[in-house]
Amino acid sequence: MSVERSSPASLPPGFLDWFASRGWAPHAHQQEMLAADAAGQSSLLIAPTGGGKTLAGFLPTLVDLAENPRAGLHTLYISPLKALAVDIHRNLEQPIAEMGLAVTSETRTGDTPQAKRQRQRRRPPHILMTTPESLALLLSYPDAPELFRGLNRIVVDELHALAGTKRGDLLALGLARLQRLAPDCRRAGLSATVADEATLIAWLSPTGRAENAPVRLVRGRAGATAEVAILATAERLPWSGHMAIHAMAELYAAIRDAGTTLVFVNTRAQAELVFQALWRLNDDNLPIALHHGSLAAEQRRKVEAAMARGILRAVVATSSLDLGVDWAAVDLVAQVGAPKGASRLIQRIGRANHRLDEPSRALLVPANRFEVLECRAALEAIRDNALDGAPSRAGGLDVLAQHILGMACSAPFAAEDLFAEVRSAAPYADLARNDFDDTLAFVATGGYALRTYDRWRRLERDEAGCYRVAGPAFVRRYRMNVGTIVEAPMLRVRLRRGRTLGEIEEYFVQGLVPGDSFIFAGQLLRFEGVRETTVEVSRGTGTLPKVPAYAGGRLPLTTQLADRVRAMLADPDRWRDLPEAVREWLRLQRRRSVLPQRDGLLVESFPRGGKEYLVAYCFEGRNAHQTLGMLLTRRMERAGLGPLGFVASDYVLAVWSLRPARDIDALFDEDMLGDDLEAWMEESSMLKRTFRNVAVIAGLIERRHPGQEKTGRQVTFNSDLIYDVLRRHEPDHILLRATRAEAAGGLTDVARLGAMLARAKGRITHRRLPRVSPLALPVLLEIGKESVYGAALDDLLDEAAEALIEEAMRDESAPQLPRRRSFNCDAASE
Amino acid sequence: MKMPQPLSPSTLSLNGAELLADLSGALVWPAQRTLVVADLHLEKGSALARSGSLLPPYDTRATLATLTDLLARHCPERVICLGDSFHDPQAADRLAPRDRATLRRLTGSRDWVWICGNHDPAPPAELGGRFAEEEKIGPLLFRHQAAPDSVTGEVSGHFHPKISLSVRGKRVGGRCFVGNARRLILPAFGAYAGGLDVRDPAIACLFADGFSVHLLGRAKLHSFRVR
Repeated sequence: MSVERSSPASLPPGFLDWFASRGWAPHAHQQEMLAADAAGQSSLLIAPTGGGKTLAGFLPTLVDLAENPRAGLHTLYISPLKALAVDIHRNLEQPIAEMGLAVTSETRTGDTPQAKRQRQRRRPPHILMTTPESLALLLSYPDAPELFRGLNRIVVDELHALAGTKRGDLLALGLARLQRLAPDCRRAGLSATVADEATLIAWLSPTGRAENAPVRLVRGRAGATAEVAILATAERLPWSGHMAIHAMAELYAAIRDAGTTLVFVNTRAQAELVFQALWRLNDDNLPIALHHGSLAAEQRRKVEAAMARGILRAVVATSSLDLGVDWAAVDLVAQVGAPKGASRLIQRIGRANHRLDEPSRALLVPANRFEVLECRAALEAIRDNALDGAPSRAGGLDVLAQHILGMACSAPFAAEDLFAEVRSAAPYADLARNDFDDTLAFVATGGYALRTYDRWRRLERDEAGCYRVAGPAFVRRYRMNVGTIVEAPMLRVRLRRGRTLGEIEEYFVQGLVPGDSFIFAGQLLRFEGVRETTVEVSRGTGTLPKVPAYAGGRLPLTTQLADRVRAMLADPDRWRDLPEAVREWLRLQRRRSVLPQRDGLLVESFPRGGKEYLVAYCFEGRNAHQTLGMLLTRRMERAGLGPLGFVASDYVLAVWSLRPARDIDALFDEDMLGDDLEAWMEESSMLKRTFRNVAVIAGLIERRHPGQEKTGRQVTFNSDLIYDVLRRHEPDHILLRATRAEAAGGLTDVARLGAMLARAKGRITHRRLPRVSPLALPVLLEIGKESVYGAALDDLLDEAAEALIEEAMRDESAPQLPRRRSFNCDAASE
Repeated sequence: MKMPQPLSPSTLSLNGAELLADLSGALVWPAQRTLVVADLHLEKGSALARSGSLLPPYDTRATLATLTDLLARHCPERVICLGDSFHDPQAADRLAPRDRATLRRLTGSRDWVWICGNHDPAPPAELGGRFAEEEKIGPLLFRHQAAPDSVTGEVSGHFHPKISLSVRGKRVGGRCFVGNARRLILPAFGAYAGGLDVRDPAIACLFADGFSVHLLGRAKLHSFRVR
């Protein structure tokens, strides 16, 4: 990799005139992208939002086609979002038309009509805008070599959001194939600022490695430093909770004073609540909208379009708006609740004010005292320009399995050739041959030690020893199941005799009884019942809903922010900028107990309500704390301490038990990551959930498609049953290996936990207190609200049974469970 | 946070017969030294493999292993399989030699009744055991699928009942027995059999006045009423 400042490549006169006509001059980074392309190099453009990043990606294509007009597919543009591909297409049409270029560009997504898709393969446009999934499909056709032979360039947008994910794995494998079909093809990656540039360089390199990669690093001009403030609330700062309802009046005032505000929150439930709260205050009738991933696509598009036209004053959004379409006129970005990570916050703030010379304005709204510390830490991180590094992960073997089948659909291949090709994709650069072979065997026959399925193989070998797909049914099946996004089963939410509002996770609905109310799509709804795959609702009355408990967007605190919070706590000199309520809280903690130190681990224990509490200040994020909670309670069980439950926040873990723990050092010994972890992982639902995703992506079980549910009883398979059988009879099967790798690697919490326990060894400060300490208070308040029982099925059911019995005794009637309404009795089962 | 207790089957009563519900999903009738299982669906894995789903080919082995353990524990003189013991009419032909031998051994050492199911209207003869559309023993009638106008004392399978509950925001649940004073439906025993929620009308409409659910937990049975 190299940062070169070569002489700017000259733009053809028509282009210069066009720039001039708009009062622009080409940016330096746009010219550098041109120069890299002219030199046959790939390029990585790192730039904040705005600043002509997209145009920089396409300029080399437009210039080449203007100077050397020719037919055929010239450039492939790949975006993580369908909507972004559509938007970029629209934006590119303008310069093409204004410069009078004979360049055609089209989108191709799941929404493209069949006839158009067929025509695109026969007569492709110069520029095709698509998604990783649609590219995978294109590559699985036998005519892929003809289609892509003349390909010159590939532009990957929002690369930072794709690299390191399974979709990124799929795309990297697709690019490796494209490289073989069109060896001279150049790649251009467009990315936000990232901590680890080398990873993206490697990702873009046709060698799959950063060393000596033919990739030029181009930096866009940095924008003005953002002005970020933390809301100094006049209200009482809450001890716990994540909704920041106390600050809504102040947030509303900020919205009123700004032109257009983007209000980011962390979860969908939060989005619903904040949206409701703002509308309760909305005496000025400001147009405030809601945007999150569960809303109907049409609804979301309407909000996006209204935002683009500049007619909204605010949008309350989850990560559904983290990426994507640029809006010029956002003046203020508000982050309600903890920012969780510096990189994410910087990106969110970047959604404000795309005029580069003016600073973006942002307002952080912490929901509780710990979040004040976290916001402060995020502010420092932004000031230091310190981004969160994501741990690198190897490409998923499930994605590889899907890709192998796709390649077999296109043309017969020799195992050696495909192995070499796959290794040229960065996520698979270190793929071991035996992992490849086992994955290939899985695709061919299931890869089981018991070789009973050889007669139903999916891949067969021809005379030359090449693998090819065994029949058209497998090709159809591949095309139905392509992609790496495995959704939780979703049900449509529809107003009785009315419109569809969006989708909701099936598990949430299963807990509802007709008459229950919940907030969804910005309104209070009454649950009426489930009809096939639709949740029927009516408009609710009253104000006290049962809020959707969506898991969506529950990111753990990043290591960097955790470190900064720890450092801040340990150093009273740095409390100056904190609100008085927070300072008082920390001073009290110092008096009554001790402050957590930068290194080491503070553990407090105290009796309360006949139970013994133990609070550990680990600062490793909620997921890591949950794992630790499971492991600690196991160990306390063995020590006869009678653990009863635990609750984890992003900052601390609290465990309660019948008897107090005495030997804290032994309790927190690292060796719990050995057998206890293994044992827990085997039992936990996490591995089963991971296995389900792996099994769907790898093609072991099929996706559920809308409308299939009726016959789906035979087809849709409870993956837990498969997991149990496979684990018992072939524990080393490739899919279980893939599952364990993903569970261990994807959930970085185990690694974080290990590092924390190692760091704390011999440096645990244990304070035995007569009562709860100020710092422990927030997490104790979470008990009951977000309590996480380590218990297995039986304990939960015992509890349910007791509640049911209690209810039964009180009413003198048997407890009721909702019965599903509708359809007749012959809708029999299998 | 309790450690698993030793397996202790729970008592059910149907038409005067005292029955034990085993956590494996089997029903034990001590007075008649009889053990009942429903819906083994042997070779479901290979049936799906034919249509392209290459699921782990160990489902028959897993089902027979559980059954073997169960027989060793209860030593019944009679075993009744309530139909759909084989996933399809060709299933027996696809049995691995080892599984076939296991099955012969099991059927050869006691009275073994294959009730015919909709998946296996005529179970294969060479595997031992005898066939019956229904089997009547004392106060109980064993058949594959519950009849809407059944006599009291009907024991059947077919529906693969399961239930899921929301407890403190967590979804828990699993296979279950479902019954009332007149009839009892067993959960599916097969490793790949899957299930149907008891609130589905197909099951619920057999129990106009509500029913009891006996959910198979890890260490005990959880019983409650659904109306």
